[in-house]
Amino acid sequence: MAAPRDVDESFLALPLSALTEAALTRAVDLGCEHADLRVERIRTQAISLRDARLEALTDGEDLGLAVRVVHEGTWGFAAGVVLTAAEAVRLAEQAVAVAKVSAAVASDRVELAPEPPHEGAWVSAYDVDPFGVPDAEKTALLTEWSERLMAADGVEHVQSGCTHVKEQKYYADTAGTRTRQQRVRIHPEFTALTVDRTTGAFESMRTLAPPVGRGWEYLTDGRWDWGAELAQIPELLREKTKAPSVEPGRYDLVVDPSNLWLVVHESVGHATELDRALGYEAAYAGTSFATVDQLGSLRYGSELMHVTGDRVVEQGLSTIGWDDEGIEAQRWDIVRDGVLVGYQVDRNTARLGGMARSNGCAFADSPRHVPVQRMANVSLQPAPDGPDLDGLIGGVERGVYVVGDKSWSIDMQRYNFQFTGQRFYRIEGGRLAGQLRDVAYQATTTDFWGSMRAVGGPSTYRLGGAFNCGKAQPGQVAPVSHGCPAAVFEGVSILNTVQEGGR
Amino acid sequence: MSALTAQQLAEKALAASTADGCVVYVVESTEANLRWASNSLTTNGAMRSRQVVVVSFVDGGAGMAAGTVARTGTPDVAELVAASEQAARDAGPAEDAVPLISEEPPGAGEWDADPAETSIEVFAEFAPALGEAFGAARDRGDLLFGYAEHAMTTTYLGTSTGLRLRHDQPSGRVELNGKSTDFSRSVWAGVGTRDFRDVSVPGLAGEVERKLGWSKRRVDLPAGRYETLLPPSAVSDLMLYAYWTMEARDADEGRNVYARTGGGNRIGDRLAALPLTLRSDPAAPGLEAAPFQVVGASSGSASVFDNGMATPAVDWISGGVLTNLVRTRAWALKTTAPAVAAVDNLVLEAPDATATQDEMVAATDRGLLLTTLWYIREVDPQTLLLTGLTRDGVFLVEGGEVTGAVNNFRWNESPVDLLGRITEAGRTERTLPREWNDWFTRAAMPPVRVPDFNMSSVSPAS
Repeated sequence: MAAPRDVDESFLALPLSALTEAALTRAVDLGCEHADLRVERIRTQAISLRDARLEALTDGEDLGLAVRVVHEGTWGFAAGVVLTAAEAVRLAEQAVAVAKVSAAVASDRVELAPEPPHEGAWVSAYDVDPFGVPDAEKTALLTEWSERLMAADGVEHVQSGCTHVKEQKYYADTAGTRTRQQRVRIHPEFTALTVDRTTGAFESMRTLAPPVGRGWEYLTDGRWDWGAELAQIPELLREKTKAPSVEPGRYDLVVDPSNLWLVVHESVGHATELDRALGYEAAYAGTSFATVDQLGSLRYGSELMHVTGDRVVEQGLSTIGWDDEGIEAQRWDIVRDGVLVGYQVDRNTARLGGMARSNGCAFADSPRHVPVQRMANVSLQPAPDGPDLDGLIGGVERGVYVVGDKSWSIDMQRYNFQFTGQRFYRIEGGRLAGQLRDVAYQATTTDFWGSMRAVGGPSTYRLGGAFNCGKAQPGQVAPVSHGCPAAVFEGVSILNTVQEGGR
Repeated sequence: MSALTAQQLAEKALAASTADGCVVYVVESTEANLRWASNSLTTNGAMRSRQVVVVSFVDGGAGMAAGTVARTGTPDVAELVAASEQAARDAGPAEDAVPLISEEPPGAGEWDADPAETSIEVFAEFAPALGEAFGAARDRGDLLFGYAEHAMTTTYLGTSTGLRLRHDQPSGRVELNGKSTDFSRSVWAGVGTRDFRDVSVPGLAGEVERKLGWSKRRVDLPAGRYETLLPPSAVSDLMLYAYWTMEARDADEGRNVYARTGGGNRIGDRLAALPLTLRSDPAAPGLEAAPFQVVGASSGSASVFDNGMATPAVDWISGGVLTNLVRTRAWALKTTAPAVAAVDNLVLEAPDATATQDEMVAATDRGLLLTTLWYIREVDPQTLLLTGLTRDGVFLVEGGEVTGAVNNFRWNESPVDLLGRITEAGRTERTLPREWNDWFTRAAMPPVRVPDFNMSSVSPAS
């Protein structure tokens, strides 16, 4: 790991102090109880290849500033792209004007949970800034690996690419907080596809490497064995196309962390966002079955279930120094011994939930958007003395081992979900017995987590995640990681997707 | 915004270009929104943004390559153009390379005009009406949740081949979600709009109140296949997925639902039993969209080389038969088929259909009437099998009347397969897709009847 670095000088050279002085002074003059300023620069590069040929390479930069105020108990928000003191003053005035228009339909006063002022800088853990690597070098590596896949027997098409982001944020508020942050994330993906023209059938298989809060070294330092994974995919894909179609029914599942992270995300991560539980997302993403009156009593899952919220884990996609309301990063329990014990909150929902302090889950995905309560790295903890993967599979007489994520869907209160995967294997007598096709599993959140009868040990633990979790109106996307071990679930309903389609 | 106008930025970038070809587009946008929950405003905003995009085309001898660089605000033009040219030099020959468009498409717009704008004032009449709806809901013991947004986007597209194109795109939407105070009953109404002048808050609130009234009787039904009336919003969410998958190249390569067994695509195949037409038209009244293409990154369905290409009205399905797929000019050349661009609106129609949704309910002996679909995801690309949930109102229809609200369901269905099973379609009306309205608000759809919609399992969510 390289030595800790500073926020890029080109970002620090922006007129941050002048913008702060202009916006916050004007907001206070206009009678605001609270005001904050964010200056953000988000650089995004997406490289996509089709059949090992470059399809598109786009390089975007989103730079702007936003002023948020609380004026007479009502939020007001305005954003722009011109970084001058005059524009900062205009945005403060516009934010107050928005608050005044909104006051006619606002009956609840906004009150923010207190936070001591912070001053400092924070940079995420990465070695190689992907924006410092020449485009030609990045494209060449992706092309070479795609060609390797294309050259394999039976692989007719390859879709591949890499997206990387560098996010720089400056935050200041009327309480005196001044923070500067920089983080980098990356998501490479390779998908091989086979087509049988005589039957019209086609099938695909994607790499399992998750998006991470790392730099370009993710592709080159060997900590993820890309060579081995790419070498395995063609044979795994061939096996998948010849695999028998699953017999629907109830099976014991061994769920690999490459699939389970998404179940954690959908059924625990979103369900324990306090803004959802309070109804703030009711018209869009939905509410939650994990209502506030059940805090401390809701039996979420088996006693083996221990889930944490975490904004400090190294290389997590939701890892920060301070959130977008100036709250210091923290780690806390959400489910302990199978019982709901905590929520993810921001400063306003913390107050509404009777909490003394926010746990730092405010995030805005661009300088144009208001911060909303977004997910921490929500992770299922491994059993300290738990078995390895073979041990988990060995304990299942008849079941299915699920690897990799593919299709996912859950209802608006986070009860009923359906997931597919990259690969499904039959388990017979504690051993893997070949792949299965056409598999989806359905469950209800508390039934599923209640059926968890074994949790893998630290050797099975892996950090998965997503770049683009959607929430809020206007829509925002957020990156988030989820750690989890492999785990065993009893008697889960498996569907045959061909039969579901009526064929 | 700045001393430089969008047009000046575009001209300056084109003048600075040393590439073999160059496309510059500047997107000026303003947006205002209100969001509310439990009869009170929660968040709001007014935003202004400018995006400057330069696509450079460089011939390295082996073929033309393209590089795209985008920045917000008023970037250093020389730096932006140089970065774009470097990106093109690094890229290598593009598979979709064809000569840039030089023919001006119809509806090129007034290049010299200032960008159109919106502001928080667009809600000057809407917000007080919403406040009144909150009061009425409070008096009834109901809660209202929702979101209103208006955005104005002006795009200026200039090319080294001499095109100067401009388009103003207003987009607006309102979603109103009503709930009982214990959240056990939940209903929805929504509309798309260009300017909010046609939005009736009392009309939306009345629809919500009517459906909350229907929900007072609760009926539990198991999973199964049911005769189902899908309202226009639900139909639009399904048809949009079918539309977004209409890539000719994928079909020709055998890798989507429009691929023909044995090779080629399914153009010419009958997909719908009824003579339905699925079409897009940039001039569709109330749904007006850009009449030319603006593309920042090539994909299987769009090409940076096609910037400025006309996007005329197109039938995707005509008389129930698949008629067109989305095809770039490069793929069109390779397959000797016409180039067809996607348009930012979608209409499904049945000829001579006049029945309203209420009339279709009245003609139903026993069935389900849905409100909206949610969390729609692809399960099997080969059949375009999708999964998702019902949301905010599944109503039981008995003897031609709504008799109560049913539990929600998870469903598994393919919109392409559904087209073949629709037995009745009603009158087409403008609608707001529920799931996809973050990206797509310009749709007109009919209510449809499906005799055997697959409700795969019960969802306890309300």
